[in-house]
Amino acid sequence: MGNDKKGPVGRRGFLKDAAVTAAAFVAEPAAAHGHMHHDHDHGHDHQHQAVPSDVALRVKALESLLVEKGVVDRAALDAVVDSYETKIGPRNGARVVARAWVDPAYKKRLLADPTAAIAELGYSGGQGEDMVVLENSPKIHNLVVCTLCSCYPWPVLGLPPVWYKSAPYRSRAVIDPRGVLREFGLDLPDDVEVRVWDSTAEVRYLVLPERPSGTDQLKEDALAALVTRDSMIGVTKVSPPQAGGRA
Amino acid sequence: MNGVHDMGGMHGMGPVVHEKDEPVFHEEWEGRVYALTRLVRAGGGRWNIDAGRYEIERLPPAEYLRMSYYEKWAARLAIQVVKMGLVTQGEIDSGTPAPGSAKATPQVTAARVPAMVATRVSTKRDVRVKATFKRGDRVRARNMHPTGHTRLPRYARARLGTVVEDRGVFVFPDTNAEFLGEKPQHLYSVRFTARELWGDRASARDSVYLDLWDEYLERV
Repeated sequence: MGNDKKGPVGRRGFLKDAAVTAAAFVAEPAAAHGHMHHDHDHGHDHQHQAVPSDVALRVKALESLLVEKGVVDRAALDAVVDSYETKIGPRNGARVVARAWVDPAYKKRLLADPTAAIAELGYSGGQGEDMVVLENSPKIHNLVVCTLCSCYPWPVLGLPPVWYKSAPYRSRAVIDPRGVLREFGLDLPDDVEVRVWDSTAEVRYLVLPERPSGTDQLKEDALAALVTRDSMIGVTKVSPPQAGGRA
Repeated sequence: MNGVHDMGGMHGMGPVVHEKDEPVFHEEWEGRVYALTRLVRAGGGRWNIDAGRYEIERLPPAEYLRMSYYEKWAARLAIQVVKMGLVTQGEIDSGTPAPGSAKATPQVTAARVPAMVATRVSTKRDVRVKATFKRGDRVRARNMHPTGHTRLPRYARARLGTVVEDRGVFVFPDTNAEFLGEKPQHLYSVRFTARELWGDRASARDSVYLDLWDEYLERV
């Protein structure tokens, strides 16, 4: 049965070979690395280098089937990918933070009714339904994790980075937050209280970092440019503008 | 379930590896899996966020640990579309729609995507449910070990904490994940000191906050 190993692989052929089932996704772990073999019944021996990984092929096959069945629209898929690659990301959260730094009334609303205040700037949607904003201060440092999966406030931070979803971060943030912070270059003195927020429910957290010193003259846009994704998760602080940096 | 997904407090996972200038999706298929999952869900049908998490938690433990985040999503998607009745296993096996099978009309067009991604689908419920606890109450997280889905991590079970906020009434994941009803109940922000969770070597100043449902807690 299998594909001609030298010829182009038809969709039907690799669908059959790859058996786009969860079992196949689960049972063929190493294929994506391109150097180990699976126990397909056709026993082909093609090399994987320079061809898409098995998971890529299976996803492509699944997409084609779902499009053909009329379940999803291909242009809509493109639009979803584009939304999270170009529109819904940490620049949104940075604008929220910068606004809170320059506008005390906004900051008050942001802490009192975060979801509504964030929506004022046009950000809302999936995984940001019920927001809580955590304000860092010289004496309190907040850090956000999801130990059970990878919950993250998509509308303000976009999709989470790999490290946030990784076993090291998820396992250690709650038991050794100060050690994790040191790995991010943040060594907090003993007199600072560390509060770790484990996102166990549908509440999503955004850290409001401290405004760095030396930024009194900066306008909102310039402040927003200083705010990093990591500072809004709470693993770093916002650094002051570099010496001689632009305003 | 006491699965490997419940990672809080585990040792041996290594350092946190931070990637500079990380792309949103490292490979094209990751974006496709993400988008497929979003659109399949937006189409309606028998699905909810807790069921989705539970599906991933039930991947074989060794596979769960090996797979990347989006590999887990891909595995789940293949399970999900069959369970939702959108395709049959036979169609997946053959790679083509069954002869004579009905062709659906996609629920979400590209023009509707901006609205879809901006739409809030809250699991907060505007229903009157009695709150067992209030701010300031001392509580103990129950020593429970359900074999199904739960959002009470092992590291907090049987530990003492303090209710710092009543967040309102939310859908209960443990039943919702198995389509046994939303069972809406109060959700609380509960503070546990680091020493209560991790012992005397933890900082006396630090604490961990969890969002826990009424049924996860008992009065001290």
